[in-house]
Amino acid sequence: MSYYFCIIGSRDNPLFELEFGTSKQGGDGIARFPPEARQLNPFVLHASLDVVEEVQWINPQMYLKRIDHFGSSQVSCFLTPTSTKFLLLHLPHPPNTSPSLQNHGQNPHMFPPYASYTTSAPSSSLLTRASATGGAGNAATIPTNPASPQAEEAVRLFFTEIFEVWVKSIMNPFQSINKTLSSPVFKSRVLTAGKKFL
Amino acid sequence: MSTASLSSSTMTSNTHPSFTSSASTASTATTVIPASRPSHTSGLRVPSNRKTIYDRNLNRTRTAELSRASFAYLFSEMVSYAQRKVTGIQDLEKRLNEQGYPVGLRLLSLLTYRAPTPSRSSNAGPARPHRILALLQFITTTLWKHLFSRNADALERSQSSHLEYYVVDNDPLVNMFISVPKEMSQLNCGAYVAGIIEGVCDGGGLTAKVSAHNGGNEMWPQRTVWVVRFEEGVVERETILEKVGKT
Repeated sequence: MSYYFCIIGSRDNPLFELEFGTSKQGGDGIARFPPEARQLNPFVLHASLDVVEEVQWINPQMYLKRIDHFGSSQVSCFLTPTSTKFLLLHLPHPPNTSPSLQNHGQNPHMFPPYASYTTSAPSSSLLTRASATGGAGNAATIPTNPASPQAEEAVRLFFTEIFEVWVKSIMNPFQSINKTLSSPVFKSRVLTAGKKFL
Repeated sequence: MSTASLSSSTMTSNTHPSFTSSASTASTATTVIPASRPSHTSGLRVPSNRKTIYDRNLNRTRTAELSRASFAYLFSEMVSYAQRKVTGIQDLEKRLNEQGYPVGLRLLSLLTYRAPTPSRSSNAGPARPHRILALLQFITTTLWKHLFSRNADALERSQSSHLEYYVVDNDPLVNMFISVPKEMSQLNCGAYVAGIIEGVCDGGGLTAKVSAHNGGNEMWPQRTVWVVRFEEGVVERETILEKVGKT
């Protein structure tokens, strides 16, 4: 599972972005997006802002859960009271693609590491294939199935932690709400939260 | 509206271009990469006790009450600072309003963060005030309690305009120690609180203009009425959403 996290201001201006990978199930916390996906990710996130705008007046919750998907990547959203959007794009891939696991090389054709963005294969087929071949009964855990309640809860905890750090940063009188978040401490806090929950 | 934050308006006069820039930045999303600028780690200055703002707790509420004397002193200084080189009472009120605005923006997030989680669904988290009534109730209860340790005295809906709501305080703390000269009788230093309310409304996406007016009577000479006037589009959206039946 690779994650692309982005904070979008109230005027739809990007304030912060970070790529990281899963740390659960032996993941090393490094994002493994294919090059074309890395270029597409900001577009996918910004496209989902339309959905956020639709939902934000209907749903009073801050955590809006999964709001959008593109190919096999899913977008979760957390909306602060001041319309700052925390968006998390998760691209699932079979857990065995991590290079630290040895059975990766044995049958590479069985584990397509990434769903190509150009193919129109429905995401569910990739997921079922991943969980069927991944075996070991871990199909419902976070990296393989982003639709599961456990995964949603993990993302919620991640967002809640980020919200706290974000409130701390905007309490700073020299920081304004729509200014880019360039603090390295903020970045390390986001990384820690990602390591802890995702 | 105001772009400078409270302290930067008093210490420096820098404005924040990011807040005033238009929404066209979305098209340049791929080129603006704030997180991956390499030069920031070296120049970081950490306080001597190694505690950054990220290490501090946001939940200091019980023991964090400020003495009334120090508030009165600080506020009188803020008023006299705002009074420098003003052209008139309206200008002075506008400056006070601008000082309060960033406070309101921040308080909206902070108080939502501090709000207790509703017990019925433990994982829902506190809700955003996303409707006019919810927002006004947030202002008269949560915000007022945080600022003045009590609720506002009244919240009324205007008879004449469907855009206007009134927040009433019989004895506002900001006016307690301020005696306005006769030639400036129009002035109400509650304009600072009006700025806070405006910041909360704007931050929540329900754009409004707020002004403070003297509403003194025999019993409450300092009584102040804040007129919250929402934008036409905000009320329109509200009626549409009510019609659809989504609360």
